[in-house]
Amino acid sequence: MSGYTATLGGRQYRFAGLGPLLAAASPERSGDRLAGLAAESAQQRVAARLALAEVPLERFLAEPVIPYEDDDVTRLILDSHDAAAFAPVAGLTVGEFRDWLLSEAADAIALAAVAPGITPEMAAAVSKLMGNADLVAVARKVRVVTAFRSTIGLPGRISTRLQPNHPTDDPAGVAAALLDGLLLGSGDAVIGINPATDSPKAVRDLLELLDGVIERYAIPTQSCVLSHVTTSIGLMERGAPVDLVFQSIAGTQAANASFGVTLGLLDEAYEAVSALGRGTVGQNALYFETGQGSALSADAHHGVDQQTVEARAYAVARRYDPLLVNTVVGFIGPEYLYDGRQILRAALEDHFCGKLLGLPMGLDICYTNHADADDDDIATMLTMLGVAGASFVICTPGGDDIMLNYQSASYHDALYLREVLGLRPAPEFEAWLDRIGLLDERGGIRDVTGTAHPLKELAA
Amino acid sequence: MTDLVAQATDATMWAALRRHTQARIGLGRAGSGLPTQHRLALQAAHAAARDAVHSPFDADAVAGALTGVPTLRVRSAAPDRLTYLQRPDLGRRLDPADRARLPRGDWDLVFVIADGLSSRAVHDHAAPVLRATAALLPGPGWRTAPVVLAEQARVALGDDIAHALGATMVVVLIGERPGMSAADSLGAYLTYRPRPGATTDADRNCLSNIRPPLGLSHSDAATKLAALMRRARELELTGVALKDESDEAAPLAP
Repeated sequence: MSGYTATLGGRQYRFAGLGPLLAAASPERSGDRLAGLAAESAQQRVAARLALAEVPLERFLAEPVIPYEDDDVTRLILDSHDAAAFAPVAGLTVGEFRDWLLSEAADAIALAAVAPGITPEMAAAVSKLMGNADLVAVARKVRVVTAFRSTIGLPGRISTRLQPNHPTDDPAGVAAALLDGLLLGSGDAVIGINPATDSPKAVRDLLELLDGVIERYAIPTQSCVLSHVTTSIGLMERGAPVDLVFQSIAGTQAANASFGVTLGLLDEAYEAVSALGRGTVGQNALYFETGQGSALSADAHHGVDQQTVEARAYAVARRYDPLLVNTVVGFIGPEYLYDGRQILRAALEDHFCGKLLGLPMGLDICYTNHADADDDDIATMLTMLGVAGASFVICTPGGDDIMLNYQSASYHDALYLREVLGLRPAPEFEAWLDRIGLLDERGGIRDVTGTAHPLKELAA
Repeated sequence: MTDLVAQATDATMWAALRRHTQARIGLGRAGSGLPTQHRLALQAAHAAARDAVHSPFDADAVAGALTGVPTLRVRSAAPDRLTYLQRPDLGRRLDPADRARLPRGDWDLVFVIADGLSSRAVHDHAAPVLRATAALLPGPGWRTAPVVLAEQARVALGDDIAHALGATMVVVLIGERPGMSAADSLGAYLTYRPRPGATTDADRNCLSNIRPPLGLSHSDAATKLAALMRRARELELTGVALKDESDEAAPLAP
């Protein structure tokens, strides 16, 4: 075990391995302190970055942060590594990799080509040398396009998940929030409900409600009820209208076990939903959520910092060609991301790493009431992620989710984002908005308050 | 149909829809933004939730609402609210002195009432849910330990408590994280044969949003919880393998 060293301010700092080096190089956050992994001083943090900048990218293939024999995510990462795709950057150090990513040579085509050669740990490592602006500038260049009934991730567009949650899954309550979101032009990424219980009957009722509305108005979007993957598999077997299979995933085998999932189970779900073939313009049919802190929360982080573990979850996601992946940044609480500044940093890191690894990365930009953050932080994050080219964001009525008890972006926030950045919805959905009279002359969403509109029949 | 809808004002439509949800629907627009009154209403709700997180747990009041039911008090290893918020690991472990005081016995079940992130939820809902659930599980088949009232507690503190008592099953009634419309939402977590440090969230079953009249009622929560508990005992497990089938009216289509 060689270890890594750097000298700063006349003092030599030593780091026992890549895991401790990555942890010490991480921008400050409460979760790494909770885990006892954070840098002990500001200078030690910078020393770690100096050492990390000198590490060859190839080193990450030789020194897994979690042993190969202990963890199936490590095995997935190393066994699926594409050496040919890696070749153009194989000779670079982490510091040189940052410079290359920021250069004009790293355009959309080059970045897409190299993605299968990048491991999560390489992405996490380079992100730790990057400022917030770097994370925006590089992510913005990456193109990841996926499709089911709408196409996600095209240039100049941003999609939204319409999230009409209800505390008891009451169909009338869900329908009311669904109407609100549709009238505000939301839902082109997915209409996705977090159910209050995992009861197969309740989940099926919600699936049929959403399927009915999508069919009635011929909306080019997809539905998802975010139940456990085993529930979705059971419902598909019983003929329920499942568009997308959802699962929360994490970056270690043990953390996935805490969610009740294995790669084998995800393989099974992938095959089952692919066989349904319910997409029209594409067949990406998986939807994953992740979030920094979940592995530590399950005591399954193996001494790896929370951002690196998070990036490892993206290796799980990319195995299944998902339609959508989002980090639920800020949901888990102040013990992992203490305030608006830490949540913003994590949002930019997760989006960057996901995109670099080739995922259709979106965000649930959010905070809980025990974190030191508010709706101004939402506006800041939303704007930066809009500039960074996020594939989609999650939106709720008034930014207030009454089922999950947290605050996210609102449908209004998405209108703001599209207005100030000139971003548009998915093309199929935009055409539908036009057909149904919701698109105004400037490409924004028409305010139909006080006038008749066919969608309002949902209220009848 | 369309004519009827056209005649109705939007205000009437949204008022009718709001009978079904507390979601902030039909807020209108100021350009792309929220109208002023709604922006300020959101700030007021956020302020109330922020304040609710820090309100103290009144164990005396909860014990008072459980007249005739033996109770015990414990603290987690988190000494205060600030530490509790930043150190969930401490909220999952008993204070060592309190652990030593728990009476070991041949218990089938222990109820834990834990403050979690909303004492208000616990004050309003824990005792009635506990009473209603216990009433559905009669007879000598359920040897129930004294109810444990736990301060600065996370869900997994129930594992430590059940283990110390020697209880087979633990139900933790705990205050959920306050939201903007709901600062009083109770959660119920059921775990069969918990093993402190080894049991994971996938080993539990959860009912959330117990919060009448807008969330789950006390009696509905008790019915679901008792059904899950009976099924857990039959299968000798809890977690993702145990589904809540209590509202399964008829078998789904094959």
